[in-house]
Amino acid sequence: MPKLGLLRLPLWLTYVFLYLPILVVVILSFNDSESLFVWKGFSLRWYPELFADSAVMAGLRNTVIVATTATVLATVLGTLMAVGIHRYTKGGLVRAFAIAPALLPDLLLGIGILSVFSLLGLTLGLHSVIMAHTVFAMAFVTAIVLARLAHLDPSLEEASRDLGATASRTFFRVTLPQLAPGIVAGALLAFTLSLDEFVIAFFTSAPTTPTLPITIYSMVRFGVTPEINALATVLLLVSVVTVIGAQRLTRTTDTTRTTDTTEAP
Amino acid sequence: MNTPTPTPAAPLLQVRAMNHSYGDVVALAGIDLEIADNEFFALLGPSGCGKTTLLRSIAGFETPTSGEILLDGADLTAMPAHKRPVNMMFQSYALFPHMTVEANVAYGLESEGVGKAEVKRRVAETLDTVGLASFAKRRPAKLSGGQRQRVALARAIIKRPRLLLLDEPLSALDRKVRAEMQLELKRLQHEVGMTFVVVTHDQEEAMSMADRVAVLNRGSLEQLDTPEGLYSRPATRFVADFIGTANLLDGTVTTDGFAAPGWPLLAVVSALPVGAAGTAVLRPEDVAIVAEGAGLVDGVVVDAFFLGGSSTLSIEVPGLGRPVTATVHAASTARRGDRVGLRIDQSRVVVVPDDRGPVASAVSEKAAVPSSAQAAS
Repeated sequence: MPKLGLLRLPLWLTYVFLYLPILVVVILSFNDSESLFVWKGFSLRWYPELFADSAVMAGLRNTVIVATTATVLATVLGTLMAVGIHRYTKGGLVRAFAIAPALLPDLLLGIGILSVFSLLGLTLGLHSVIMAHTVFAMAFVTAIVLARLAHLDPSLEEASRDLGATASRTFFRVTLPQLAPGIVAGALLAFTLSLDEFVIAFFTSAPTTPTLPITIYSMVRFGVTPEINALATVLLLVSVVTVIGAQRLTRTTDTTRTTDTTEAP
Repeated sequence: MNTPTPTPAAPLLQVRAMNHSYGDVVALAGIDLEIADNEFFALLGPSGCGKTTLLRSIAGFETPTSGEILLDGADLTAMPAHKRPVNMMFQSYALFPHMTVEANVAYGLESEGVGKAEVKRRVAETLDTVGLASFAKRRPAKLSGGQRQRVALARAIIKRPRLLLLDEPLSALDRKVRAEMQLELKRLQHEVGMTFVVVTHDQEEAMSMADRVAVLNRGSLEQLDTPEGLYSRPATRFVADFIGTANLLDGTVTTDGFAAPGWPLLAVVSALPVGAAGTAVLRPEDVAIVAEGAGLVDGVVVDAFFLGGSSTLSIEVPGLGRPVTATVHAASTARRGDRVGLRIDQSRVVVVPDDRGPVASAVSEKAAVPSSAQAAS
């Protein structure tokens, strides 16, 4: 690698720009002060306080319910959607419409889903947030699984059929394992997107069932307390662990297919 | 007749009046053929001739537009691929990358619901047959091209199909491994006693491995014969040109032979009516080099290649559009620029119909280009 010396400065500046705010939040979460910006000394007091806060805990509970349910639904539906599109459609239009919700402004989706719910006279609640999140997360899963399908050798499925496997056995034994890395990546993305999604949740949740981002938003309106910093740090930890975990997972499934080192006995 | 004559063994596979088109594109037109039990059969033709479509139709991945495919006399046409007693080795091998060699080979038996112990025994046995017993726990990605091909083969033969279909089985291998695998396939076919149908575009491959070869061109069956038959008795101009090397002399059938421009009347017998346009097929090894004036025609050697056991000479004969190719044993004494005579074993010349149709004019136009270019320069 060539020595860049000072030429690396822009890189470091960019990293500072990207990560300084996050670092500040993490450091201030250990601040033993009621005020956000005055450093009084190191303390862990905000963490127990955070977990004792019933509003935060309710928001967290709602968010976890929404994110996991929406992820499961979006992953299953998105995968089936991708396989169906890949197998039975030729034109790009169907494909474009399947992926569009991922690109549309959240505002549009949020208002649209809210309108449909009120037109149908349905009540809002966690179920409406779950449905709304499933819609946009499904588009991401579809896009990722479609990309994986494009690289799949079509004769793998034919070989399975040729060897006497039924269509469903072929799907579960050959197609699905081949798509696994894409499905895991899609699910991970769906989960992290849903976890901190604000706009759509704001429109589609009931006032009695706010998700965590909405809870935080209402807390912030009365001024940011260090408790928020502690919460942000916890969320950061959860995201990092999920991403690393999922990457490990996709890497192991990927390496078993390419660089497995198992030797014959 | 008092004693009933035993009916000849019914063919294993019959393809009857099969047509296949993709929209307006005709992939196969009126294919009729029979494949006998235990035969090594090749479907040979240039790319786009329909050979793969035919193979995939037998496997059940394509449904013919019309016609029938019978296996042991029973109609297969409507049977889905996974129920046919036919297995296929794919050109890409299509090994399941997420399974070990063992699991790949076991897949077919497991799909059939064969018991665990039986599967284990037969997988070991089959891996032994293809010489991969020590690779059972590996993944396909950790194998060489030749080893992958053996796994694909093991996976395809483990169910002991009535018919094994092989789609360009050797095309992904390098030259040396390919020669080995040719012998190996032949040996295996004997050993497992199975009917093999190989699709290939490589005429040498088809000729060296197959008992009988069906030559396909533009969706039609040109000729179905043994390799020797295809070579020495080509039925069409296409077959004569496609199989081996041939000097093709286009001309007319006359009452006492065959007249080709630039050649004296050839004393050959042909089944074609007098006056018909035909093409005389003259194999290079049936052309002998003699002293100038001692042969049928004279010419100038324009190229001489020494190939070890034999030499190939190109001789330009005045009045002929193309040089004549001759093969002589060992090193040739004739050098480039020598004037020589050509003697022809006329009993071995075959006349086939000149069925080029509109293609004929296209070829002559193409041939005319260099001469006009020369004239211009």
